[in-house]
Amino acid sequence: MQSAKIVVKNLYKVFGGKSSDVMRMLKSGAHKDEIFKQTGSVVGVNDVSFSVQEGEIFVLMGLSGSGKSTLIRLINRLMDPTDGQIILDGQDITKFNYKQLVELRRRDMSMVFQSFALMPHRSVLDNAAFGLEIAGVDRKTREARGMEVLEQVGLAPFAHKYPHELSGGMQQRVGLVRALAVNPSLMLMDEAFSALDPLKRSEMQDILLKLQREQRRTIFFVSHDLEEALRIGTRIAIMEGGRLVQVGTPQEIIENPADDYVRNFFKSVDTSRYLQAKDLIEVNHAPHAGRPGLHVPPSCSLPDVLQQLLGQTEPLQVRDDQGQCLGLITPSSVLSKISQHRLQSTATH
Amino acid sequence: MADISTQDMLPIGDWVNKIIHFMLDHNAGAFDAIGNTIDWFATMVEFLLLGIPPLVMGAIFACVGFWRLGWKFALFVCAALGLIWATGFWGQTIATLALTLSATCVSLLLGVPVGIWCARNKLVGMLVRPVLDFMQTMPAFVYLIPAAMFFGLGRVPGILATVVFAVPPAVRLTSLGIRMVNKEQVEAGHAFGCTSWQLLFKVQLPIALPSIMAGVNQTIMMALSMVIIASMVGAGGLGNDVLASIQRLDVGLGFESGLAVVLLAIILDRITESFGHTPTTRAAEQGS
Repeated sequence: MQSAKIVVKNLYKVFGGKSSDVMRMLKSGAHKDEIFKQTGSVVGVNDVSFSVQEGEIFVLMGLSGSGKSTLIRLINRLMDPTDGQIILDGQDITKFNYKQLVELRRRDMSMVFQSFALMPHRSVLDNAAFGLEIAGVDRKTREARGMEVLEQVGLAPFAHKYPHELSGGMQQRVGLVRALAVNPSLMLMDEAFSALDPLKRSEMQDILLKLQREQRRTIFFVSHDLEEALRIGTRIAIMEGGRLVQVGTPQEIIENPADDYVRNFFKSVDTSRYLQAKDLIEVNHAPHAGRPGLHVPPSCSLPDVLQQLLGQTEPLQVRDDQGQCLGLITPSSVLSKISQHRLQSTATH
Repeated sequence: MADISTQDMLPIGDWVNKIIHFMLDHNAGAFDAIGNTIDWFATMVEFLLLGIPPLVMGAIFACVGFWRLGWKFALFVCAALGLIWATGFWGQTIATLALTLSATCVSLLLGVPVGIWCARNKLVGMLVRPVLDFMQTMPAFVYLIPAAMFFGLGRVPGILATVVFAVPPAVRLTSLGIRMVNKEQVEAGHAFGCTSWQLLFKVQLPIALPSIMAGVNQTIMMALSMVIIASMVGAGGLGNDVLASIQRLDVGLGFESGLAVVLLAIILDRITESFGHTPTTRAAEQGS
């Protein structure tokens, strides 16, 4: 059983106006449009509750204006929530005072920004060591640590360059290094790769996934790109108009989208690419226990399943960690599942 | 009709006179202290600058010019200073330079902190803005009168009137520079646990530096122009020659002394301007 890193309970953020009035209206069930009309206050985050598990990449998705950028800023309190609790490692950080907050940000969390937000007057190394410098770590230690992390992302040769001498992708790698250098247990990433071109974006996703395999951290990632969310997300939360619409694993969300808003995200995405072995099991075949033959784990990806299946006459077994056979995959079960997804995505067009 | 409009229906002038006299009567000690401090500082600066032989001074300027802007500008500096020396205005030019630098130092000492305060506090910014507008648009001569009343004739009222005139760009451009720092850069500062002071000194001021340097440049140029006018209260330097040329209708003297002012202005302007464009700050201007 994993433990929860962050637990968010009934979180609200109201911009402008008298927040106590707005909160009363919200709690009596008023809609945010109605509130805006009556008071002029904008409800950015509206009664949001969720938890993020230790070591997972939690992706928060939504269109612009859905409140996702506000929500991520509530978590490190760049913005103060209007109501609700944010419990980080068992402590309610909405109650923290200024001094505790500075301490928390230095010790436990860091952030990566959409516009990179590097310091133009600092070299790459000084940018990398920024967080440590702020925390009062001496020059020698922080530079050694900065170099170490720069090496992990292949930027060591550029340590003494300035940000403007690097390409966008490289600048964001510096942004990532700056966040990693303080060795945070929680990393917040706000549209971190959205400003990059598609090729660089997937390169950065690879770097992030590689780093995540080596050093498990909890990552709270905001994105508006579903492909990105499906690729890197352990779990995905979908936000609309300040509310959470759905939280689940990529497979859960693909298989059972909560509503049309969620379904709309998949319009241009070929969801069959994200199918895993456990989704492809033939429903009419009962699993045979203990039979020899080829087998794959439940999380095996579609391309790998296809490769295993090619040229086989026997069905493929799906086995869990304990060697328990969960079911069989046959060419026809794979075909029917893929065509089902393809038809779904063309039907919504 | 015409009589009414010329009558003092609203005697603002009288009120100002009364305020000034009240301040003179009741705060003489404070004015003396300020005056003495500034006089001591300005005398020091002038003594130091005049202590440097013309050749050495020229070499220093040429070197700085070469470092910041290349050999062509260094050559210009040599020619310009040579011309000033040859026309016999070296001493006055250095005196003017000393006055300008003293006034600039005082202006920046006041202006930069006020600019920071304005950027961080909306109310202060709102209150200071009209004051700055007033200071900049009030005809510069007007400052000479109260300055002379408070501090007598000489360098001190000249410098203080100059400070009043030269402080606005320092305040404005410091404040502008800080407010222009990208929102996410400020957030990055906060997100990594900056305290208020760390945010100011490690994020906001360094990123605002090009703008602040533009303010320094403007302040120096304003100070130089005002220092000439301040010769009316006996501030000295090239202004004395300009003033004498007006009184004697001596076009030749006016041109020579005016030329020295122009050359000094160009040298100071180009050198200070170059500090706003270091390779690292150029990136900030490009918005990366």
